[in-house]
Amino acid sequence: MILVVLISILFFGGVIAWLSEGLDSKFPRVIALTAVVIDLLVMLTLVGADAGDSGWIVQLNAQWMPRFGISFHLAADGLSVLMMVLTAFLGAVAIGSAWDEITEKTGFFYFNLLWTLAGVIGVFTALDLFLFFFFWEVMLIPMYFIIAIWGHENKNYAAMKFFIFTQVTGMLMLISILALAYFHYVQFGWFSFDYFDLLKVSTSSAIEMWIMLGFFVAFSTKLPSFPFHSWLPDAHSQAPTAGSVILAGVLLKTGAYGLIRFAIPLFPEASMTFAPFAMTLAVISILYCAKVAFAQTDIKRLIAYTSVSHMGFVLLGIYAWNEQALQGAVMTMLAHGLSAAALFMLAGGLQHRIHTRDMDHMGGFWAKVPRLSFVALFFSVAALGMPGLGNFVGEFLALLGAFKANIGLTVAAAFGLIFASVYSLWVIQKVFHGAYRNSDFDDSHLHDLSRREMFYFGAMMIGLIWMGMYPQSFLDLSAGTIMQLLNETGQVLFAVGQ
Amino acid sequence: MTMTFDDLLPLMPLLIVTATSVLAMLMIGVRRSYIVTASITIAGLLVATLVAISMMDWTNQQITPLLIIDQYSLLFTVLVCASAMLIAILSFSYFFELDDHKEEFFLLLTIATIGAIVMVSSNHFVSTVLGLETLSMSLYGMIAYPMHSKESAKYPLEASVKYLVLSAAASGFILFGMALIYAQTGTLSFASLTDLPMAADSLGDGYSIVALLMITAGMAFKLSLAPFHMWTPDVYEGSPIPATAYLATIGKAAMFVVLLRFIRASDALSFDSIVTVLTLIAAASMLVGNLLALLQDNLKRILAYSSIAHMGYLLLALVASHYATGTLAVEAVTFYLIAYVITSLGAFGVASVISSSEKEFDSIKEYRGLFWRNPWLASIFIAMLLSLAGIPLTVGFIGKFYIFLAGVESDLWMLLAVLVLGSGIGLYYYLRIVYRMLMTEKHKIPYRVGGVESVSAYGVLAILLFLLLLFGVYPAPIMSLVAAASAFI
Repeated sequence: MILVVLISILFFGGVIAWLSEGLDSKFPRVIALTAVVIDLLVMLTLVGADAGDSGWIVQLNAQWMPRFGISFHLAADGLSVLMMVLTAFLGAVAIGSAWDEITEKTGFFYFNLLWTLAGVIGVFTALDLFLFFFFWEVMLIPMYFIIAIWGHENKNYAAMKFFIFTQVTGMLMLISILALAYFHYVQFGWFSFDYFDLLKVSTSSAIEMWIMLGFFVAFSTKLPSFPFHSWLPDAHSQAPTAGSVILAGVLLKTGAYGLIRFAIPLFPEASMTFAPFAMTLAVISILYCAKVAFAQTDIKRLIAYTSVSHMGFVLLGIYAWNEQALQGAVMTMLAHGLSAAALFMLAGGLQHRIHTRDMDHMGGFWAKVPRLSFVALFFSVAALGMPGLGNFVGEFLALLGAFKANIGLTVAAAFGLIFASVYSLWVIQKVFHGAYRNSDFDDSHLHDLSRREMFYFGAMMIGLIWMGMYPQSFLDLSAGTIMQLLNETGQVLFAVGQ
Repeated sequence: MTMTFDDLLPLMPLLIVTATSVLAMLMIGVRRSYIVTASITIAGLLVATLVAISMMDWTNQQITPLLIIDQYSLLFTVLVCASAMLIAILSFSYFFELDDHKEEFFLLLTIATIGAIVMVSSNHFVSTVLGLETLSMSLYGMIAYPMHSKESAKYPLEASVKYLVLSAAASGFILFGMALIYAQTGTLSFASLTDLPMAADSLGDGYSIVALLMITAGMAFKLSLAPFHMWTPDVYEGSPIPATAYLATIGKAAMFVVLLRFIRASDALSFDSIVTVLTLIAAASMLVGNLLALLQDNLKRILAYSSIAHMGYLLLALVASHYATGTLAVEAVTFYLIAYVITSLGAFGVASVISSSEKEFDSIKEYRGLFWRNPWLASIFIAMLLSLAGIPLTVGFIGKFYIFLAGVESDLWMLLAVLVLGSGIGLYYYLRIVYRMLMTEKHKIPYRVGGVESVSAYGVLAILLFLLLLFGVYPAPIMSLVAAASAFI
């Protein structure tokens, strides 16, 4: 029941926020923040709760469309809770970043923001594949609105590209889901879309591979991984700051979550056959997108490409499919969620102040805005994987685990860490060091970070330091889920003798 | 054959609609009153809808060899009557300022509805032709209706003549095909096509493949399936919006039910050539409809091309009905038709609300910034467009789900690939309209409508939106209804 409450608070909070605009254009943001904070507090009661024998902390199963065995099945385990907390936390941060930036049509903006978050929480908790797909698509529409209405100069193109990429690959996933449900029908005589029922379906290896690919394409588009990543730089550079925060911090993680929860456990054999290809794609993502990031002059596009590069470590870790690698992938998801969100907020903040994203026009900002520059340095260093901060733990574990699975690819992937240092420090040098130039823009609004901004950047810094210094507190939460998934797939693989 | 009172009872919806048309005609003869004629029509159609709903549980009867009144035909009778009623309400405000006699439009609408009810209940060639021609004849009049008005809608006469000529040619094809089948088999009833006394003269022999192809081509024309779709955009564009809505929803749905019954009863899909032809038509429709819609700037033309694509999706499910176990594919066709009717009515309804017979707003430019000028209307329109695109929370998504499931179950992978491709292209032009509505204006354009804005038209849109969301979020009741009805096919 608590999961329904979590989703409903966001759904209804969104509606109320929209309606409240009629009274005062400042109400929606207050209502939105209240709804997200309440959600976050409710979620915190689930953190570390005893999962019991089933492995699920809370579960809810109600009939929805009995004709096809579709049920309204929500459940949360350690991994889901971790992802939900990240969602709500970044949701609150996103509202903070939109606080002053969004001045027009505020009601509809916060409505869309909350509905996106509601869809994401649905994705992280759905255990019926139809329901999962339902939420998967539901979170797209409000995100489309956020980019299309409050975006920048080329928003129509970016919003359209984002929507079409994710929708078309989503349809491939739908076909895979239906094929799986149909094979369940063939084997057991009734339709079911339930996760636990579908885990029992066995198909011939060729068919299993095709069905798995449908899932993989959808998830790796969302992740995104090379070669499906090209929507991300456009979406990020055009989206308003809050949109980028949600996109980078939360939406990308749904792809990784889908791989961990669905793509591999449902098709262990096909996934293990496919793993070398997936890991190769991951390495290409890491190296190629790091290289492309270095060639950007638009600061948001640069951060977007680094996102793809970092998510490559997640993909690498997932397909290595052992405990360390998976823990690394989850840790990278969390840490990258915070660091990428913070970097997008900084880029958005700069754009808000000087109305350009072109790094060629920037330089020497350290003297002018020291607090902002320090924060930027902190998160750049976090993103490049400095020991002591969360990203290092995640990427290190991912590489450690991947090393057991495939030495060659891991060695290649490790070069990504070097590239990351190069582009991160290059940005710092270009934007914040050197002589201050303001010939290309009007710097009358170039203020340093306000107290409110410092507050939420501070909160994210604490998060990253905590992850870096005491990662065990996070690893413990996801360990149960990961061990169970490994056990289940291990049994299947053992049975077929791989 | 003599008819008893017991035979008349199941025909109640048909008789009520017929009585409505007679009453409306007499009323016009006695005293012309727009509002009274409209009220009689709307009330008659409402009563017919309710009676058909109440009959659904217990009626399953063949009335003369011509008509079958079972749960399936009643389901579509309800759909036809209810849609006709909603279109009548929409046309009331649309034609309010017409500079001509306005009352007869309702008469034509009611007579067309009689034709549609006969079509959805027919399992005999004779009743098919009777219903089809009644429907088409009335539609010619409905399309050309505002032709005497000084500032009429664009080209209604051209559209009507175009539809008349091409539709008559298609009817000719259908009739020729029927004649060939009769010459071959000696029967005109669907049910006896596969159950012939002499095995030697069965449907597969002689020229009956040609006959089946001719009937398919004629019906494909009426459904505007590629490559028989050429008339669709012009006729849609030239007609007054209520007539377009009627043609696009009831006209297509009734024809598809006949096609479904005919294909299932004659087992035409057991011939490989028919399967090949239908597969090609389906693939061509999905691609042609979606690709050509990309180039349009006129809302009615976009919806015309999108309807071509949607008919292609339906045809996929029809092909699947031969391979799928159970009634799943028939259910897919049925559910998708219901979804399509609700959604198309909503889309045309929005256009109708802001237009009138004197001034139509059918260029997508007119919808620029509508979301900020009239959020409710724009939200309804966005919901309808997303439903056409098959996005969750809407009935269109559940419809797509059915089609996908039917396709997967029948291993129609090529058609499914085309469906994914077509839907992907389709997203672009639906989102284009959505984006127009979301654009902000530099100069504030006041919200304006072509004619009168009536509360009742908004009521229609509210009902359609409610159904769209209800069937999209909680479809279990309608699913079981569709499953029960589909067992009769």
